[in-house]
Amino acid sequence: MIPVISVSRLGKRYGRTTAVRDVSLEVFEGEIFGLIGPNGAGKTTTMECVEGNRVPDAGTISVLGLDPQRDANALRQRIGVQHQEAQLQKRIKVWEAVDLWASLYPRVVDTDALLDRLGLAAKRDSWFMTLSGGQKQRLFIALALIHEPEVVFLDELTTGLDPQARRAIWALVTGIRDRGTTVFLTTHLMEEAERLCDRVAIIEHGCIIELGTPAELVRKHCPERTAVFTSDDADVIERMQGLGAVERNGVTYTLRGAGDDFVTGVINVIAREGIRVRGFRTEIPTLEDVFLKLTGHGIRD
Amino acid sequence: MPRGMLRGFWKLTWLETKIFMREPMGFVGALLVPLLVFVVLGRAFGIGKPMATPGVDIPFNVAILAAILIAISAVQSLVAIISIYREGGILKRLRSTPLSPVTIMGAQVTVKLVFTVASLALLMLAGRRLFPGVMRVNVFSFTAAVVLGTFSILSLGFVLASLVPTARFAQPISAAVLYPMLALSGLFYPLDRFPRALRGFAYLFPTTHAVALLQGVWDGSGWSAHWVNVAALLVLFAAYTALSTRVFRWE
Repeated sequence: MIPVISVSRLGKRYGRTTAVRDVSLEVFEGEIFGLIGPNGAGKTTTMECVEGNRVPDAGTISVLGLDPQRDANALRQRIGVQHQEAQLQKRIKVWEAVDLWASLYPRVVDTDALLDRLGLAAKRDSWFMTLSGGQKQRLFIALALIHEPEVVFLDELTTGLDPQARRAIWALVTGIRDRGTTVFLTTHLMEEAERLCDRVAIIEHGCIIELGTPAELVRKHCPERTAVFTSDDADVIERMQGLGAVERNGVTYTLRGAGDDFVTGVINVIAREGIRVRGFRTEIPTLEDVFLKLTGHGIRD
Repeated sequence: MPRGMLRGFWKLTWLETKIFMREPMGFVGALLVPLLVFVVLGRAFGIGKPMATPGVDIPFNVAILAAILIAISAVQSLVAIISIYREGGILKRLRSTPLSPVTIMGAQVTVKLVFTVASLALLMLAGRRLFPGVMRVNVFSFTAAVVLGTFSILSLGFVLASLVPTARFAQPISAAVLYPMLALSGLFYPLDRFPRALRGFAYLFPTTHAVALLQGVWDGSGWSAHWVNVAALLVLFAAYTALSTRVFRWE
């Protein structure tokens, strides 16, 4: 498969601070690719270099076969961007912004249908300053999609939004991908990355430290699985032999193992032994745990 | 200019005009304040030549003061808008569209010039009504001189806009530069009574030349008699524009 975006050994410094040390990655057509890491890790700088809005100090970048610096104008017609914490003129109306953006590209989508799809049809005549955080972000998504770009860049799209607005945005982003557009996003929310991204790259101190699908990364770095159940039966520990140590706390039993088959194994033994279980739950590590393990600190530290 | 270079220029200019009209204070500052200064001071002291009111003598031309105030308020408004747009990431967002940097800034300058001319027209109308017989100045010549002066001061505004760290500093910093500039312009106090060094310093500011040119137009001596000031306004415009393209920050 030919990558839509390919970045090789990217480096960028601001004065004495190195924002991006060594970033290489590839993004393929039709996927949602997430660059994840804490604030200041180099996510935005990397993304802006790829968009052509920042000049890298080292490395090469190719987007849709174009050089973001040399072919900036041609690239702008084919990509859509949404910047982190962006604003528009306070008193610009939603339709005016959409109208201006639409006038800048030779080929644009049906803007009314687009506003409708993003749930902004009723806000057409509202000033930007009167929109809620979620509505503002949806407007920025609309502006990024107006010319049917082949690649969309979304930088910290849901930062500062409440959970409900966040979920609505996630559904929209998945929709963009399902219509065939490649999405490159950054986030420091591991839940967001896990829900949305087909593949993620973890960036820390300007370097990519791991790359893969969320499931792959969890399997590779955090294979441990935990099964917890409650049962009033006697001799549970004796009957659950062969699965490793069983911890008992009153009527609650905890088993720890590794690998995808572990939970199935526990269920099979419970069934074979006919243990009467009142409650059963599993603890499966998430991307957040992978991040913690790889970096030694939480993402919000 | 290649086709598409100014793509979106008129649309953006019209949009920014509408947005400016929606700003409650912007409109007042651009149109009403200079007009008020003109009317109130004009009523009190007369326009043009100092009036021989016993005990009251105002040694400057109120119409020229009002015209310069119009230009200065345009520059202050430009500096404020640019710093607000920069802080909010609006400039950055506009830049990542096919809009060219020249279009983005050109639209802002055009809006400011449109309001300058509108404000000046209002001033002329008020002058004809309230002070009959005094406003005999050539309207087009006077307007052209104000526009040229505004252009030159606006280019300095771009340098100021680059220096302003955050939007909160836009007003104090532009006031700190523009008002002393006005004080040194020779409008209130004849330049030839300045100490030599200060006079040399005053010539570096566009307001000084704008005042001299306007005074000339008012007196009827015309543009040719003030070609030095016209040239100075153009040179300063070129110099400030060149400087601002080097130091301007989009984010």
